[in-house]
Amino acid sequence: MNEYFDEMFEGDGSLRGPFEEIGRWFNAEDASRLRSKQREAEEVFRLTGITFNVYGKAEAEERLIPFDIVPRVISAREWQRLERGIEQRVRAINAFLHDIYHRQEIVRAGRVPAAMIAENVAFLPQMLGVSPPGQVYTHIVGIDLVRTGPDEFYVLEDNARTPSGVSYMLENRETMLKMFPELFSATNVRNVSDYPRNLRRSLAACAPNCAEGEPTVAVLTPGIYNSAYYEHAFLADQMAVELVEGHDLRVVDGRVCMRTTRGYRPIDVLYRRVDDDFLDPLNFNPDSALGVPGILDVYRAGGITIANAPGTGIADDKAIYSYMPEIVEFYTGEKPLLKNVPTWKCSDPEALSYVLDNLSELVVKEVHGSGGYGMLIGPTASKKEIAAFRDKLKSRPANYIAQPTLSLSTVPIFTRSGLAPRHVDLRPFVLVSPDGIKITPGGLTRVALKKGSLVVNSSQGGGTKDTWVLED
Amino acid sequence: MLGKTAGGLFWMSRYLERAENTARLLETGQRMALTRTQNSVEEWGSVLKTAGVLDEYLTKYEEVTRDNAVDWVLRDADNSSSVKSVIKQARVNARLVRTALTHDVWNAVNATWMKIDAATKRRVNERDLPGILELVRQQAALVRGATLGTMLRNDMFDFTRIGTFVERADNTGRILDVKYYVLLPTAFAVGSSLDNIQWESILRSVGAGGGYRITHGQKTTPSDIAQFLILDQRMPRSLHFCCRKLQENLSYLKKDYGFSGPSCEASTALYEKYLDQPIADIFDFGLHEYIQDFLNDLSSLSRQIEIDYRFYE
Repeated sequence: MNEYFDEMFEGDGSLRGPFEEIGRWFNAEDASRLRSKQREAEEVFRLTGITFNVYGKAEAEERLIPFDIVPRVISAREWQRLERGIEQRVRAINAFLHDIYHRQEIVRAGRVPAAMIAENVAFLPQMLGVSPPGQVYTHIVGIDLVRTGPDEFYVLEDNARTPSGVSYMLENRETMLKMFPELFSATNVRNVSDYPRNLRRSLAACAPNCAEGEPTVAVLTPGIYNSAYYEHAFLADQMAVELVEGHDLRVVDGRVCMRTTRGYRPIDVLYRRVDDDFLDPLNFNPDSALGVPGILDVYRAGGITIANAPGTGIADDKAIYSYMPEIVEFYTGEKPLLKNVPTWKCSDPEALSYVLDNLSELVVKEVHGSGGYGMLIGPTASKKEIAAFRDKLKSRPANYIAQPTLSLSTVPIFTRSGLAPRHVDLRPFVLVSPDGIKITPGGLTRVALKKGSLVVNSSQGGGTKDTWVLED
Repeated sequence: MLGKTAGGLFWMSRYLERAENTARLLETGQRMALTRTQNSVEEWGSVLKTAGVLDEYLTKYEEVTRDNAVDWVLRDADNSSSVKSVIKQARVNARLVRTALTHDVWNAVNATWMKIDAATKRRVNERDLPGILELVRQQAALVRGATLGTMLRNDMFDFTRIGTFVERADNTGRILDVKYYVLLPTAFAVGSSLDNIQWESILRSVGAGGGYRITHGQKTTPSDIAQFLILDQRMPRSLHFCCRKLQENLSYLKKDYGFSGPSCEASTALYEKYLDQPIADIFDFGLHEYIQDFLNDLSSLSRQIEIDYRFYE
């Protein structure tokens, strides 16, 4: 009996339903051909420049995210359930954001403590009373899911600020289509390639009233040294819109305009991949060179749509996370369809003492951390690491939350000695517009390439897989 | 189109053109040094001077040697005009304007950087140098082919071409100036026939040996060479050719945008001032002075283009 749920193989080694085709194909393939295909894929990625920059490294260092050729397959039935759960959660997140920046009914009802909002750095008082077009706050959401059993999915994290990774979802599929066309003829895999078109349509649907004709959309990037620059360029290219940086923009006559070869032209919808704090040096971090002075004032006056809206971080903050089941219930009147991982907030003294007593079994995360930095995974950490973390936790308990170590499911990767199980997670991408919620079937599967590792982040040596959702 | 994008395309092309020309300059230098019995140091000095990097070189090295000169011009990161540095800069600019490039152009630029970077990790020995210089020329040809074969003929293409021809005119001008200036005292008079392979190095530096023979036969005279590199209308690296292309591309932009800045007129003025005259008049004026003035005006034109089309804030 496996300790972990493997998505491809049953305990007795037989193939699970969704993987039957892949299993047959793999067995019939010659390992050396697959190895050369794997190398070919990497060459394509390198040439195309599908790379990410590692923070803290030399500017020139662009790394590849390793790509594994064994797809992860999700059945139509499994996906339908996930889809319903994700949609419910994303609706609740948008309703929550609207409420938090207006009447704060959920606080008045005593379901979320007032201090949790008011004292949260992700809460932006500047957004109070602001209603974005279509009441859409999170135009793009990435919901991180993990699986622990046949029907057990948990939401690990909601990414409601500037979720990244969608370009990998798209490029992984393109690569697989190029390398193994025969696989796609044999199976009915749902298409993902219309994401950029849907993204543009969603963004355009949220244009402000002042937009004339077809809304002008642009992508705002921090620049070529940002870790996700490739993705920013990719999305702008695929949507056929301009890729701008802060210094391309300025406020002219109450509109945010971009400097073109023919003069300044207004932008209606800005898909920004710059954090709130850097968005507007006049209203937020005065040292930011990445943003646009005065953009927030234009936004508040309805002169531009910013996607995602400023201040959405209050909905995906790790401390708010533990309230998500209540948030979903409060706004939808339904039981949450997706589970939350039980979470101890270390700001609570009782929870803190439990966490300190059980460090070797828990995962401890920084409330505002991301990318797998600054976290402790108790079961795989050394005594020394645990001791060091204990001190950090005691000195700033409110900075941390703790969760039980989940038995993440595994999907095999292709290694030198054949298939070997590795832990995975899943980030489906969700588009929200006044016309509804669209979820691309599948998403980005991240895989911890190191045997036994539970950390899937690319900055920590994780890789990716193509993710297939089968047609009914 | 963003002003920044226009600037990125312009600079990407300039850097790629410079990489190719500098590689050719090195090839010529190597060849001259080998065929000359003495004083190859002078030859490398003139290579450094032509590339416009002699002064910086002398801040790092005390004297000109073959190995150090080649290293400085080919791959030194402290030299912002080394072949490797400019290819890197070309790629940085290509990344910046990625959305304006076709898949083929981006892949060609990216592959160029990856290959040159890999080939120049260490100092390059004499035996490997020709292969690497050939690689630079091949890659430059690949990028050019992808550009001509896949890019739409719109404003993006115009800025790409403008960058190419500004840089090329600049490079041809410098080669002519330095080489000619160094060699002229050895000639009795500019009209005399010369039996000196040195003169061919000028043609070789711009890859124009074959074209020259087709046009002027085997006889090389300083006057014919200067005529060919400055005034020939069919020679794609002549000042005349480059300036006409600049003028053309700026006028396409004018037509496309329905307006033009001072740069459009300046390109016509540049042409009229320098290229609408016989070679004899240029010699009467003084070739060195002529080229210096030309390079100054070209550089002003380039700056005006950057202003007119809002490359920067």
